[in-house]
Amino acid sequence: MSAQPILKVQGLKKYFPVERGFLRRVVGQVKAVDDVSLEIGAGDTLGLVGESGSGKTTVGRCILRALDPTAGKIHFQINEQMTVDMARINRRDLRPLRRYANMIFQDPFYSLDPRWTVLDIVGEPLKLAKLASGRELEERVAHLMEIVGLESKHLRRYPHAFSGGQRQRIGVARALATNPRLIIADEPVSALDVSTQAQILNLLKDLQTEFGLAYLFIAHDLSVVEHISDRVAVMYVGKLVEVAPKERLFFFPKHPYTEALLSAVPRPEPDLEKKRIILPGEIANPADPPSGCAFHPRCQYAQDRCRAETPALREVGPGQWAACHFAEELELVGAPQ
Amino acid sequence: MDEADNKGAPSHDLAPAPDADSSIEYLSRAALIRRRFWRHRLARLGIAVLLPLYFLAIFADFVAPYRADTRLKGFKDAPPSVIRFGVEANIFQPYVYARKRSFHSKTFREIYTEVEEVKYPIHFFVRGEPYSVLGLFELDIHLFGVEDGTNITLFGTDIVGRDLFSRTTIAARVSLFIGLGGVAISFVLGCLIGGISGYFGGIIDEFIQRVIDLLIAIPTLPLWMALSAAIPIKWSVTQTYFAITIVLSVVGWTGLARVVRGKLLSLRDLDFVTAARLSGGSDLYVITRHLLPNFASHLIVSLTLAIPGMILGETALSFIGLGMQEPGVSWGVLLQDTMNFGALVHQPWKLIPGFFIIVTVLMFNFVGDGLRDAADPYSL
Repeated sequence: MSAQPILKVQGLKKYFPVERGFLRRVVGQVKAVDDVSLEIGAGDTLGLVGESGSGKTTVGRCILRALDPTAGKIHFQINEQMTVDMARINRRDLRPLRRYANMIFQDPFYSLDPRWTVLDIVGEPLKLAKLASGRELEERVAHLMEIVGLESKHLRRYPHAFSGGQRQRIGVARALATNPRLIIADEPVSALDVSTQAQILNLLKDLQTEFGLAYLFIAHDLSVVEHISDRVAVMYVGKLVEVAPKERLFFFPKHPYTEALLSAVPRPEPDLEKKRIILPGEIANPADPPSGCAFHPRCQYAQDRCRAETPALREVGPGQWAACHFAEELELVGAPQ
Repeated sequence: MDEADNKGAPSHDLAPAPDADSSIEYLSRAALIRRRFWRHRLARLGIAVLLPLYFLAIFADFVAPYRADTRLKGFKDAPPSVIRFGVEANIFQPYVYARKRSFHSKTFREIYTEVEEVKYPIHFFVRGEPYSVLGLFELDIHLFGVEDGTNITLFGTDIVGRDLFSRTTIAARVSLFIGLGGVAISFVLGCLIGGISGYFGGIIDEFIQRVIDLLIAIPTLPLWMALSAAIPIKWSVTQTYFAITIVLSVVGWTGLARVVRGKLLSLRDLDFVTAARLSGGSDLYVITRHLLPNFASHLIVSLTLAIPGMILGETALSFIGLGMQEPGVSWGVLLQDTMNFGALVHQPWKLIPGFFIIVTVLMFNFVGDGLRDAADPYSL
């Protein structure tokens, strides 16, 4: 981990109001993201994992200001001299800074405008940042296509002419176009089949080494994150439950939820004895989270204290943070070594 | 290369672009839509019928042998002329017989009989009654006609002896273009109000949607009647025409506004729109470059399907006497003559304008169907 983080998120909150009736009365809040703090070093990857509805995508969208956060600070280091608070900055002032960060989307079928050619799609960030135009734009796009492993002769094709994996490569090329420092990858492989997943993950990893990119890699299962992350953060109902370096999180989890997620990771060794932890019920409703620790209704180790008191995220080991009252006492099972 | 621009960012070493294989063309979505549209048989039929109809309407003064208000003396309620073909002096020549009028001994209704001894050849590009072209200059060439002293009435005549064929073609102008005009106004209103509703959302959206609910809940005919009644009688034919166009669009825009709003809402949150925003695109940029092109095809479909409604609306209004007024003609005005039962029984040719309405509306629906099927080669 590098000393100076290029992204530092502090106390990020995003509440969505629940509106009812003709006059749109606000009758409640969905706490999609509730007090999340993160750091990503230059050239590092932070994996962000959680079930659907845990708020991980919302975190990513808030960081890039696709959504306006309710509270919190998002310090993004543009370069050595300049750091901006993405949460506060005026949208108009933000526009010229967009080129320093971009996003890779989950669904490669919705993330490319079906009416645009690949040249237009990949060239769009360059054009909007006024970095290139005309012949030069075309050359740069062609080069980007080769970087992501596509043939540059397909520039005039439309997205429908490509397969899912190829489309995702186009999405990666677009995200790379302006030489950003940070890329938020929002479940970039979960819509792809397994063999294509591996290709895209390897591509992302190679690109990171080549261009020194920092990733916030959002995923819903740990097996995908394992390959690419330096550190992993686990979210549950809008809160971080555990953050740790990858090895520590995988082998020595300190939160029961992490343990359950790890038990769900498929292992390709047939001799291995499987002890799946099946979590009862569904993820809690973020509009009406359970009292105390949000995970207690599904936790096999839950005690009275868990129902009453919300655990704070605290350091429980070297670089390892967990939000569990019994992080030290529990003997949790990690991934098989 | 403006690498100087990319402070602190790793530089991409750009190799020269390898020669692009430009010999292979890829179909754009527009090309795909066109292809699928032309594969739709009924839509092709619709185009094949509508295009000549519109040409007929545009060149109505030229095609019609008479003006809309020319009375053919002694030929009231005359049936359609029968065109016969013969060869005279080795030239293929269509002709009509002269007709003689007599009266039924008991009912005093006109009876027309053909006088087979007197043939009148039909001439093409003949001089006839003058008409003005776009109000710029006068012309008196007509597509066809017969010598003075007799007449040709392809669709028969009405109760005061006006040629129904001439009146139908000239009325086509009002009837066919009122649909386009009404849809044009609806389009502007619908896009604007629907756009505001979908884009701003929240309470503005709620309010606009409830107003649309209200407008849709009012039965259209009484609403049109109320609005038409407000049109001053003294207004000229042209003024009435535009007023009626507006009356029709007052109701017409609501459906379109809903389409625009729905499409905006569904596209607004798609990832490629977010991607454009995250790359630094402004709201206006996103709307004009990403949103509009993506629902343009749906708009065109809705517009096409809205035109027949407008045409029928004008017909209904004119038929009950609240739309176009004499001396203005529209198909609805012409159909007023069929209101009494006697006319239907004894002069069935007066229903011919109704046939034109049916064909036009049907063909528009075919074209609309074809467009709708074609618009979604890759539905979003």
